[in-house]
Amino acid sequence: MLLRLVSGDLPRSRVLAGVLVAILVGLAAAPFLFPGTRSLEVAAKVAVFVLLVASYDLLLGYTGIVSFAHTMFFGIGGYGVGLAMAKLGASWGALALGVVAALALSLAVALAIGLLSLRVRAIFFAMITLAVASFFQILASQLSALTGGEDGLSFRLPELLRERLVAYYLVLGVALACFLALLRVVNSPFGRVLLSIRENEFRSEAIGYRIVTYRTAANCLAALGATVAGILYAIWLRYTGPDATLSFNIMVDILLMVVIGGMGTMYGSVLGATIFVLAQNYLRDLMKVASGALEGLPLLPALLHPDRWLLWLGVLFILCVYYFPTGIVGRLRR
Amino acid sequence: MSRDWLPLALVPVIALAALPLVGSAPTWLTLTVAGLAMGMMIFMMASGLTLVFGLMDVLNFAHGVFISVGAYGAATVLTRMRPQMEAEGLASDLSAMIPAVLAAIALAAFLGWFFERVLIRPVYGDHLRQILITMGGLIVFEQLIHVVWGPDIIPLPRPGTITGSFIVGEAAIERYRVLAVIVGLVVFAGMWLLLSRTRIGLLVRAGVENLEMVESLGYRIKRLFVGVFVAGSGLAGLGGAMWAMYQEQVNAQMGAQVLVMIFIVVIIGGLGSVGGCFIGALLVGLLANYTGYLAPKVALGSTILLMVLVLLWRPRGLFPIGKA
Repeated sequence: MLLRLVSGDLPRSRVLAGVLVAILVGLAAAPFLFPGTRSLEVAAKVAVFVLLVASYDLLLGYTGIVSFAHTMFFGIGGYGVGLAMAKLGASWGALALGVVAALALSLAVALAIGLLSLRVRAIFFAMITLAVASFFQILASQLSALTGGEDGLSFRLPELLRERLVAYYLVLGVALACFLALLRVVNSPFGRVLLSIRENEFRSEAIGYRIVTYRTAANCLAALGATVAGILYAIWLRYTGPDATLSFNIMVDILLMVVIGGMGTMYGSVLGATIFVLAQNYLRDLMKVASGALEGLPLLPALLHPDRWLLWLGVLFILCVYYFPTGIVGRLRR
Repeated sequence: MSRDWLPLALVPVIALAALPLVGSAPTWLTLTVAGLAMGMMIFMMASGLTLVFGLMDVLNFAHGVFISVGAYGAATVLTRMRPQMEAEGLASDLSAMIPAVLAAIALAAFLGWFFERVLIRPVYGDHLRQILITMGGLIVFEQLIHVVWGPDIIPLPRPGTITGSFIVGEAAIERYRVLAVIVGLVVFAGMWLLLSRTRIGLLVRAGVENLEMVESLGYRIKRLFVGVFVAGSGLAGLGGAMWAMYQEQVNAQMGAQVLVMIFIVVIIGGLGSVGGCFIGALLVGLLANYTGYLAPKVALGSTILLMVLVLLWRPRGLFPIGKA
């Protein structure tokens, strides 16, 4: 049963299995274990980002494609719910319409980008997606009559979802289900083809797999995953806006999470997202203490200033790319 | 480098097509000069990126850091030089500007050397890790800029001689834009001469076409790599300093902000092509200014549309380079 649930892809390391179970239990019991709004916000963010990062890992880690448009799909999900709720009113019908419209739009855009630019080299695809994503960001902030511009949209949800606990378990349940679905995808024959494309594109083509088709399919699946994550995030925050979903900073965050957790391992996204979100929320407190303790020394307090937490994660990121290409998970599985 | 003149005609075509749309000739002249100035600055920032890509097959996402660092370097010198800046006259202005620009170039070039040496050298030939490493460099160095120069936006006053504008007919033309056009042309001409008339240029061009062949003829290609990388970073620093003086402020994100525009220019021009980069930069600069006047909301969208159109016409950019 458990084996089927994780598609035969076991953690293959006692420590990793322990950590994963701890994270799962922690998330499932978060409202009771860690009371307080801040910790619930952190737990929900972890759940959403696990899905977002796992879907990105399908592209980066499993297929070897670098895309910078992942936040765009995240944003499409957020704005799909946001627009439907804000313009059509807080009904279940409107929510469903928003969700379906967002998924359809993401699929169409991902298909178009994939077919137009996945034929060319990896670098080209990275640049094209960067341009398209920034175009989308400009669109969202300029069409202020529709999207609320830089301020974004705050909206009301249907009655039931206004209950924080219900919303939390909806977010967690959907994120977990999608994560398991992604695990199923990467462990299927289709996933094996993606791996073979990552390892040797030319050879996969020679064996008879149309790599453009497979890459485009992976791109579409990843886009759908990101859209679902965006939908969940908007439902949780009851808000959507350029800084919450579309900004380039979030793209950088996703990259950090994937690489630190471990590229090409779905479990890496769980670890990466958890570590990153925890660091984002609690590392600053720690650094504030450290920076205060080193008061008076040259440069060190500035390096440990609470706003510089990203610096240290960036350093960790670079070290990971050089020395641990499969991140923490790869290290634990050794 | 190329006997293909068709893309060159695009620049005057766009400029002339905008004339009836803008309506009044003086406004058009102002916008055109502004567009050319912006194009020249983008060219300075983008040329290093395209050369580095053409020669070494490295796409440096951290290129924006060199731009920011150049800007900060210039700002640091200029704020120290306040007496010279406030004094009247060209000589004293130049005595503040020239050290500032030199500091920008030196700082960015040094950072470029460090970058090539420490970060990029271990991952030559591996695109995925290159993109990741340079992204990591972008994150870390952007944060380090905050550590060194503080998190706030630094205002950057321009020297008196190059502020204000002069009147041609009925059109007002900002002095600084003319200066930017002149500097850009000098840089382009210098690069062109270096690439087409010197032995180093010959090696660089040969390296872009076929790296292994150059190496097998006995040239140390690694030294060439470092040289081109450092020069490209220095140019980015110069462009960053010019851009910062144009914006009259400096912040750590400015490099990342112009990076998208630079990528568009490099793609339009054809990855690795300096001439294409020049034409692409002028096109983007002109278009951004015309659309900024006609329909401000879609200004950056228009350059992306231009990129799509160019790619539909020539899938590998205006002047594609040998390597596929």
